Amino acid sequence: MDKAALKERILGLVTDAEFQENKQFPMFVIPPDKMHALAVRLKEDPDLSFDYLFCLSGVDMLKYFEVVYHMESTTLQHQLVLKVRTADRENAAVDTVCDIWRTAELHEREVYDLLGVKFNNHPDLRRFFLEENWKGHPLRKDYVDEVNIVEL
Amino acid sequence: MKEADFRDNETLELFKKSGGNIIISTLDAIMDWGRSNSLWPLTFATSCCAIEMMATGAPRHDFARFGIEVYRASPRQADVIVVAGTITNKMAPVLKRLYDQMADPKYVIAMGACAVSGGPFYYNSYHVIRGVDHVVPVDVYVPGCPPRPESLLYGVMQLQRKVKLETITSPRKTENLK
Repeated sequence: MDKAALKERILGLVTDAEFQENKQFPMFVIPPDKMHALAVRLKEDPDLSFDYLFCLSGVDMLKYFEVVYHMESTTLQHQLVLKVRTADRENAAVDTVCDIWRTAELHEREVYDLLGVKFNNHPDLRRFFLEENWKGHPLRKDYVDEVNIVEL
Repeated sequence: MKEADFRDNETLELFKKSGGNIIISTLDAIMDWGRSNSLWPLTFATSCCAIEMMATGAPRHDFARFGIEVYRASPRQADVIVVAGTITNKMAPVLKRLYDQMADPKYVIAMGACAVSGGPFYYNSYHVIRGVDHVVPVDVYVPGCPPRPESLLYGVMQLQRKVKLETITSPRKTENLK
């Protein structure tokens, strides 16, 4: 499926998705409550069949967090980027997609560890790179650590 | 490199304890010759310096020529640990444990900017040890990011000079380094 057809298809599935111009991949901002249902559809639908989530990352946008999903269909050779925005910083939470793509389990733990975005229904949400007793989430823009960080 | 340049660090030889009779100094010479020419490094590397370390061991540079020979996968068989790469707070206890498991006499080479001082991660970093000498005593520092194999060879040969200073009357022990 080429980019134009993919755009039409996604906008047909989620009417209030926001399309963003991007040179490499078609990119959409999806409302958080519709993400999980859309992800199931993307995986199951035979002419979409996104069977490979090749990156899941988190971005601190100061007022909210963004979780970015890069996915690909290994059979149909097309790629797609979806973004989900959390409502606020304090109780940032997004539905997990690790029941759809197993690889998301570790990616989501990483985002949780470094940014503090919670993933609803995640089976094992705990710290990934840092120690269990670490306080705070170091990739947040407002993270301060007087002891370890030497400011330049 | 000229021999004179290699020997420009004269303080190293000043460490050598003077005295000793002909038997002890002859035994020392034999022991130091044997020990310094069969330094076995531990297979331990954490990042890009590892690639340079592998290149140093590979045929083009081949540090087996200088007696730093086979990589050992067990710390119990290794003489020297080359800390090649960034040590994070989470990795530091592992490094310390590996170092503690090595048998005396044991040596440490801090290879690359990260192991020397934290390197590119010195500023604005929340989880990196600023220099591996906070964790284990270091014998030779090899700067560079990453150091070329020639630099590591130079560092290894400086370590061999250091090994040759030892005497059987006062063997090197880790507790004496503190």
